[in-house]
Amino acid sequence: MAHLHPPTRAHADPGQRQLRRLDGVLESRRLPAASIRTTQWPGMRRTKEVTVRQLRIVLVLLLIVGLFAGQAVLAAEPVKIGFITSLSGPAGIIGKHMKDSVELALEHLGRKVGGLDVEVIYGDDQRKPDVGKQLADEMLKKHKVNFVSGIIWSNVMLAVAPTVTGAGTIMVGTNAGPHELAGKMCSELYFTTSWQNDQTPEAMGKYMQDQGLTDVYAMAPNYAAGKDMVSGFKRYFKGRVVDEVYTKLGQQDYQAEISQLRGKNPKAVFVFYPGDMGIQFLKQYAQAGLREQIPLYSVYTVDEISLPAVGEAALGNYETRYWSPDLKNEANAKYVGDFKKKFGYTPSFYGAQSYDGILLIDSAVRAVRGDLGNKKGMVAAMRKADFRSTRGKFSFNVNHTPIQNFYLLRAVKGAGGDMEMQIQKTVFENHKDAYYQECPMKW
Amino acid sequence: MNWLLVVEQCLNGLQFGVMLFLMAAGLTLVFGIMNLVNLAHGSLYMVGAYLATAAFNRTGSFLAAVAFALAATLAIGMLVEVIALRTLYERDHLDQVLATFGLILFFNEAVAIVWGRAALFTAVPRALSGHLQVLPGIPYPAYRAVIILVGLAVALLLYVVVSRTRLGMLIRAGASNRTMVGALGVNIRLLYTVVFGFGAALAALGGAMAGPIYSVLPGMGEEILIQVFVVIVIGGIGSIRGALVGAVVVGMVDTLGRAFLKPMLSTVLGPSAADNAGPALASMLIYILMAAVLFFRPQGLFPAVRS
Amino acid sequence: MRSARALTLLAGFLVLGLVPVVAALANQPFYLDLFRRIMIFAIAAVSLDLILGFGGMVSFGHAAYLGIGAYAVAIPAFYGIHSGLVQWPLALALSGLAALAIGAVSLRTSGVSFIMITLAFAQMLYYLGISINAWGADDGMRLARRSQFGGVVDLANAYVFYYVVFGVLVALLWLGHRLIHARFGVVIRAAKSNEPRMRAIGFATFRYKLAAFVIAGAGGGLAGALLTNQTEYLTPSYMHWTRSGDIMVMVILGGMGTLYGPVLGAVAFLLLEDILSAWTVHWQVVLGPLLVLVVLYARRGLYGLLPGAGARDG
Repeated sequence: MAHLHPPTRAHADPGQRQLRRLDGVLESRRLPAASIRTTQWPGMRRTKEVTVRQLRIVLVLLLIVGLFAGQAVLAAEPVKIGFITSLSGPAGIIGKHMKDSVELALEHLGRKVGGLDVEVIYGDDQRKPDVGKQLADEMLKKHKVNFVSGIIWSNVMLAVAPTVTGAGTIMVGTNAGPHELAGKMCSELYFTTSWQNDQTPEAMGKYMQDQGLTDVYAMAPNYAAGKDMVSGFKRYFKGRVVDEVYTKLGQQDYQAEISQLRGKNPKAVFVFYPGDMGIQFLKQYAQAGLREQIPLYSVYTVDEISLPAVGEAALGNYETRYWSPDLKNEANAKYVGDFKKKFGYTPSFYGAQSYDGILLIDSAVRAVRGDLGNKKGMVAAMRKADFRSTRGKFSFNVNHTPIQNFYLLRAVKGAGGDMEMQIQKTVFENHKDAYYQECPMKW
Repeated sequence: MNWLLVVEQCLNGLQFGVMLFLMAAGLTLVFGIMNLVNLAHGSLYMVGAYLATAAFNRTGSFLAAVAFALAATLAIGMLVEVIALRTLYERDHLDQVLATFGLILFFNEAVAIVWGRAALFTAVPRALSGHLQVLPGIPYPAYRAVIILVGLAVALLLYVVVSRTRLGMLIRAGASNRTMVGALGVNIRLLYTVVFGFGAALAALGGAMAGPIYSVLPGMGEEILIQVFVVIVIGGIGSIRGALVGAVVVGMVDTLGRAFLKPMLSTVLGPSAADNAGPALASMLIYILMAAVLFFRPQGLFPAVRS
Repeated sequence: MRSARALTLLAGFLVLGLVPVVAALANQPFYLDLFRRIMIFAIAAVSLDLILGFGGMVSFGHAAYLGIGAYAVAIPAFYGIHSGLVQWPLALALSGLAALAIGAVSLRTSGVSFIMITLAFAQMLYYLGISINAWGADDGMRLARRSQFGGVVDLANAYVFYYVVFGVLVALLWLGHRLIHARFGVVIRAAKSNEPRMRAIGFATFRYKLAAFVIAGAGGGLAGALLTNQTEYLTPSYMHWTRSGDIMVMVILGGMGTLYGPVLGAVAFLLLEDILSAWTVHWQVVLGPLLVLVVLYARRGLYGLLPGAGARDG
């Protein structure tokens, strides 16, 4: 567990600034002598031919560096939250759901977090772990944020979370739930407002087991999360699995797999196809005429992002999830209602988690009365999960992963004629993830 | 082995191949005649899909939507050619790579700005939403059968145009010796713009037909583009016939590999090893095929004749 | 004009060399991370340019070596071997070997076939990477600690790591300079402009080109080793074809066939990405046309815009 560093916030006080300058100079003295020598290497002898024009070029280059450095000194007072997600590219739609929800949370809080002014800095990780890591460094070292939040992808999270917690800053994940961070790599400074990846397929496995289903055909993309989903499913489903099929990551056409599936004649199909893979699979499954013949049970596949694109192709499909827009509680009604009013579309679980993430941060800052240096106090406050979550009351497990209910959802035609997800029943109450015993943390 | 299933998978492979062919035909023409490496060809496919989807959702007529997408993408293609690409023909291939890579970024963001980042809703037109009984026991989606027919019709049409018409003659002449064609008084600039426009329209046709079965969203062109490059390299650059053969071969190999590689491996390696090796090998199959073809026939299967 | 160019280059090196000092003075250590990542990609781009710009071998699979170098650090680390003296030579050796095998097959082709066959091999390695469960598959693996050098060089120190990367970049440029002007480099460059003639006068060009291909691959592997250390994370997405594309774009943007152009390209591309994406989520709609403009109006890439860059690079 990383020790807690004293906060390194920038102050506007000029005396402080002087001190920091001095610090910087001292730091630069500590540089190894050998490496300084290399900077003077190429062609020093030729400088006798210096003209005004050439000097100007050097000056301009130095100015550019100066400009970059200069931005730092203007660092301001409020609570700073760095929010990293994918904003460009095909996954940008998920990032948009998350960003809009963060904005709504801030609005609901009167643009104050824990009573202090707040500044959120958004970063676009482009779905690349190294870019995510660079953004985290930028937020920690340049913007000196007090919290880092967001992150859609497990691999980006695995690169970012240790960087943030290693720097003594609190990380609030609002989607990715890789098992490493719930287990061996858990940290006092890492919280997640979403779930551990396996929890959702476990719920589906439980439901299908309870229904006494058998002869299930399982499909997922051929990558780590795909295999985790199927193994999570099989942790609770003990019936016969006809076949497990792993398809190419990012595949567009599933007709070949669907023909194979029909040939095996299963009683039910379990799939995990997130994002655009899901849209393609659902359409093609329905077009093959299988939707009416073999019921489809999925996780992270039919959601408020894919539903508008697939429409009736998803009609009657089952999903398990910890949250749904129709979940009955006051906080959720307010979130969903205001979200639709403000942005004109239905929010998704990605958004609900991000909204919760900001509220969790708010509860922490409130508990320490704005003393952002008091990390221990904030962590203690966050462990209570003392805020009005869109999922209703929940608690954190020892590994800072939610212990929460999971519901069975079904895609149905709503009152307005549009497709929507409706909760059918509760599958798990206060469900714990499978990895918390590997986490050495005690509190 | 279930032979009906094999027949069905061959149909699937043919359909996927025909889809690839629609894109490959335009790309290989532009490559062969103008000597232009156009990475933005996938963007034209995407633009076609977006325009067709938007028009279909508005008018409710799939035919009208496809016609509109074809015409509009033809115009956009010609515009892009005149504004940005025309000056690149004489340049190094790599300059073209950089410029058309820039175009990809631009188009992807442009459609995101116009239509948003969420995938658009599309459905198969109602008349084609049923199934055909190709062989007893094989219900085949009618829409996919139509894709196969349209693709083969386009191939036939292209064959007639290229081998029987004046435009086709100019195209063939341009591919083998463009300096000479220019010297003979043909307006080569116009010819290039027209060819580029038609290539764009073919990509748009592919995109328009892909909309109802794939997802219409920014960046949808890139995943298929790389496979299309595989097709034209295997087929031989500049050759329509090569593009057709290459597309069908790639479509077949990919589809059959995905369907039958794992069961076949599991009889040899046992089921658990096949679970791991099968999908990985199936993903690599078309690249292995391409490497093999290029190793033995670097100019592809049906290279265009060049002087 | 030679002196103007020398001075510009000197200024460039000075700026890169002084980044840590300025960052320390301004209390902005982030710029160390940013410029370190830029220099790592510059190393990959310079090594690609050795074959692409000078040798006319357009490899569209350079990210494969980046990935191999990354695995060569992460896999030993996974089994508890953290010594950089093991990891880094392994990265060089494995990526060099892979380049030898890929080059031996690919170099029998040329032109577009060569582009595509190198892409094919990189894609095969990518799909291999995402399907090996023991080594993290698509999720990748966390690097428990950066490469260790017996306590002499401590990469955990941001400044030390920065100057190590800087040193590698300078060394690679020096090596590149020597190679290009040696007999070896002259043969490579001549083979680019007229290979049959080179063969006719008795040079076994294939061997020369293969050697260059291996050197470039090893350079890419070294960049990969540095990148895993920078990110402290391994992911097979380092090998995805879009990465190969990015590196190629850096080379062309900076100016291919020049020694320092790729460095400039890496700096410009990654800085633009960082600045534009902080400014608007639609940053790619700006970056795209900018790239087109560079192609249309800066014929020798950004390097061609520098004062005194008209002459052949030296």
